[in-house]
This record gives sequence, structure tokens and C-alpha cells, in this order.
Amino acid sequence: MAEAILSVSDIHKSFGALKASDGISLDLFPGEIHALIGPNGAGKSTLIKQIAGGLKPDSGRVHFCGQDVTTLNVPERARMGLARTFQISALAMSFTVLENVMLGCVGEARGVFSFFRPVMTHPGLLKRAHAALDRVALRDFADVTTSELSHGQRRQLEVAVALTLNPTAFLMDEPMAGLGAEGSKALTDLLAELKQEAPILLVEHDMDAVFALADRISVLVYGKIIATGSVDDIRSNADVRSAYLGEEDEA
Amino acid sequence: MLPERLLNAVILLTLLAVPLAALALDEPFIITLATKVTILALAGVGLNLALGQGGLVSFGHAAYFGLGGYAMGILASHAQSFTPLMEVPFLIEGTKSMPVIWITAIIVSSLAALLIGALSLRTSGVYFIMVTLAFGQMFYYFAISWPAYGGEDGLSIYVRNGFPGLNTLVPIQFFGICFVLLCVVLFFVSRLNRSAFGLALDGAHQHSERALTVGININRVRLVAFVISGGITGLAGALFADLNRFVSPTMFSWHTSGEIMIFIILGGVARICGPIAGAAAYIILEHYLGDVSEYWQVYLGFILLFVVLFAKGGIVGALTGSRGKAHG
Repeated sequence: MAEAILSVSDIHKSFGALKASDGISLDLFPGEIHALIGPNGAGKSTLIKQIAGGLKPDSGRVHFCGQDVTTLNVPERARMGLARTFQISALAMSFTVLENVMLGCVGEARGVFSFFRPVMTHPGLLKRAHAALDRVALRDFADVTTSELSHGQRRQLEVAVALTLNPTAFLMDEPMAGLGAEGSKALTDLLAELKQEAPILLVEHDMDAVFALADRISVLVYGKIIATGSVDDIRSNADVRSAYLGEEDEA
Repeated sequence: MLPERLLNAVILLTLLAVPLAALALDEPFIITLATKVTILALAGVGLNLALGQGGLVSFGHAAYFGLGGYAMGILASHAQSFTPLMEVPFLIEGTKSMPVIWITAIIVSSLAALLIGALSLRTSGVYFIMVTLAFGQMFYYFAISWPAYGGEDGLSIYVRNGFPGLNTLVPIQFFGICFVLLCVVLFFVSRLNRSAFGLALDGAHQHSERALTVGININRVRLVAFVISGGITGLAGALFADLNRFVSPTMFSWHTSGEIMIFIILGGVARICGPIAGAAAYIILEHYLGDVSEYWQVYLGFILLFVVLFAKGGIVGALTGSRGKAHG
């Protein structure tokens, strides 16, 4: 099997007595969507933060693109091509749609310390920005203020900003959250397409989407991964059924 | 509602027209008031970059204003007493040349902003406000207790510093210098707001997590903005000292920080010409309400309360409506 692009090895993180990450190991291989599921409070968000660089693990390492990135911070990992989307849209709300995407282009081009040249007429960056908006079908909304977008459009814009980073891996925290059936379907199709460019570590509650998209699934319960495997493996795994899926069936 | 660009032109032209009219009517005091507005507006433009664009509520910008003032005071006092500033390890003489004083003021205040920013930008929110306030007060008490340059009494400069080719003692000529400097700085800041740096600074202000996640080192962006901001306010301090031909520790006091902040809030936070409108309103109120009552600041308080509660965009916001496109 090919070398993992992203790999988490034996990560521990405690908040007081609470073990949010209790020896988690996880790999993300080229071309795959690896879904991370688990009940609320399982430690998914804590894990995502440690992978993105916002939180330092107590012990264990994170490797990205064959490099130990455990000590790197969020912007350093982002510049290596780790593209993250957030559970709650993290966008500059008074920016236009295009300005939000341009912010990503500026970060990717390491062009922040340009003080005199107007950025919104920069041909190279604009081309990248429009290309990203085209991918998520938001080009017609380029000049709309972000706060005026619908919830679904904001989710699409999140993905567009991630695309500007020239990603080597995606880290997506519940991209489907709050989307209707139609929006969910459109985004599912987009993610299936994106995984060819860069593998996706997908945290998601929408089980239909997970089962439709995921090549592999890991199940996180109380800070531990209790199972990793294909969709069928996970569906038939007794531990998983009792810990997670079973509860949902009864509910 | 006016387009913001038109309003900016109106504001700048009014600031230019008033002293010219005063010149025609032979009212030199009005020219001096207009010069004061211009200089205080410049200080506000400096703070507005940090506070408005960057969301960095510095309550210590008097430090840079005062450093600019003392840069002028110290250089000019050595020049007027014909004693060198220092002889070891190399000779530094005082100077009465405005351009040299300006450059010194900008360098000194930028360096102070670099140091203070590097330490205080580790904090945020109320702590940031308090840390910057504390640094400002440190300079204030240092200036009071340093007898070499007047201590509490401050420093008087007998003759205004010179600018090649101009007679700076003529009020309208000194106003001209200040007005041109304000326009140059406004041009620079408006370009900055539209640049990649401006986008990143505003992006980090609106959503810091977002800016980090696209690989922007927001601490560095903020520090650079803070340094530029301090440098501009320092330049204003040097001009202010030259206007009064006097420097005193008051320039360092937290009242000064508060006043500069009031210009911005009155005029419109993050609006390019907000500080001009705010400083003008403040000086007009001070002058005319000051005639009515010694306690004119009570009325100022009511006006500020009104702006904060009902007109958050300040004067510029009230006249132009929605937030102007900063980056387009």
C-alpha cells in the first residue's frame, strides 16, 4: 500500500480526568475518503484540532507528507497543504464571497506582506479564486456579501476556500451539517470528485453520506478507536452496533 | 446616502478650505485650529489602522504620540542650546530640521510599537487593552521623572523647526505641511487597506481561525500593522509638538490615548476619513462648548453615548450608510 499522507500515531490528550484522546492512531492514504464517526463527546473535535495544529497532544506524533508536524502550528500546517473546513462556517462574514476565497489565495501564495498593490485586481490570484468558486458553483455569487449567503452556500464556500490552498489532504468537520437532502447530495458528489485530488478525512454525522462516500471508516468512542474498516466491516461489527449504530436504531 | 469616496473628498476639501478662508478673512486662530485638527486626525489615522482595520483596541497610543513629541523636543532643545545629544561612541547633534525630526519620530515610535506589540499581542480582549494602557503609563511616569528634559514641566522650543523653502512660523504654511503629510499618509493607508496585507489584517480581525487555517500567520500580520500604526501616530506627535512649540508628559498620558480613540469612534471606526471627521468634531466642540461651559466634556459624553448606542458607524457611517467596500 502507498505511503500514508497523514498519519496520527498513539495520540493522547486529557483535560483533567477526561481522556479526550486515548491512544488514537489513524492513517489517511492517497485517493481515499476516511470517515471518522462516533457519538457526541467521543473526542472527534479534539482529534481534528490536534491534526490541524490548534491543540498540542500530550503525547504521540502527527505526520503529514512524510514529515513530523507535531510541533508545527496551524498556519504552518496549512501552508503544507492541509486544508480544513469547519463544522460551523468559519468565514469573514462582511467580506464578499470572492474576498473570502482571495484570502485563501493570499495565504497559499505566501503573499501576505504585499502592502501597496491592490489585491482584488491581482490577475494570478483572481484566476485561482474564480477556479475555486467554479468548482463549487458559486461564481455567480462572487460579489455577494458572505453574510447574505444561504447556509448551504456557506458550506460550499468553505470548501472553495479549502480548495485555494492547493491541498494535499482535506480535513472536513461535518461538511453536511444542516444541509437539506439536495445540498447534501450535491456536496457528496463534489467530495467523491475531490478525493482524487487529495484524500479526505471526513468527520460526519450524516450516515447516508458516510456510507455512500467512505472508503474506510473509523469509529471513535470515549477517545478510543474501537474499529477501523470498510463500510461493510463497520456495518457488521458488533461493538460498533452496540456503541453507536445500535443506539441510533433504537432511537 | 453619499458614496464614501465623495464624502472623503468633501471632508478633505473642507479641511483645506476652512484655513484658506480664514487666511482671506485674516483669522489666524482658525488656521491654528485647523492645523490642530489635521495633526490629531493623523494620530487617529494611525490608531485606526490597528483599532479599526485590525481590531486591536490599543489604549496606549499616547506612547507613540508622546515619543514623536519628545523626539522633536529633545532634538530641537539640543539644537537651540548648541549642545550635542551625545558624543560617545559617535557624535549626534540636535537638529531644527523638520524632515530629520519626522524620520526620527517615526523610527523611534515604530520601534517602541514593535517592542510593545510583540509583548502585548500575546493577549487579547480586555487584557490587550490593559497591557497597552500599562505601557503607555510607563512612558508617562518615565517622562515625569526624567529631569534632563524638563520632567513634569516639559520642554519649550522657542522657534518652530524649519522646513526647506518654507517659513514654518506663518500659520498657513505650517498648516500646508501638515495637510500634505496627512494626505500622503491617507493615500498610503488606503492602498494598504486594499492590498493583500489589508485583506489579511481584516480577515484576521473578522475571523482569526479562518485566517490561520489558510496559512496566514496572524500574529505577524498584526504586529506589522501595529508598528505602522505606531509610526503614523509618532509622526503626528512630532507635528503636534511643533504646533505648540512645547512638549510635556501630558502627551503620554492615558487621556491622550482616550482622545485619539474618541476621534475614531466619533468619526467612524475603520473608515478611512473617520478620524478627520472625528477630530474636527472634537475640536469644534471643545472650542465652542468650551466657551459655553467649563464642563464641556459632559456634553461630549452625551454625544459619545449617542454615537455608541445609535450610530455605530460614527459621522462617516451616518452619512454613507452601509460599510464601504474596503478591498474593492
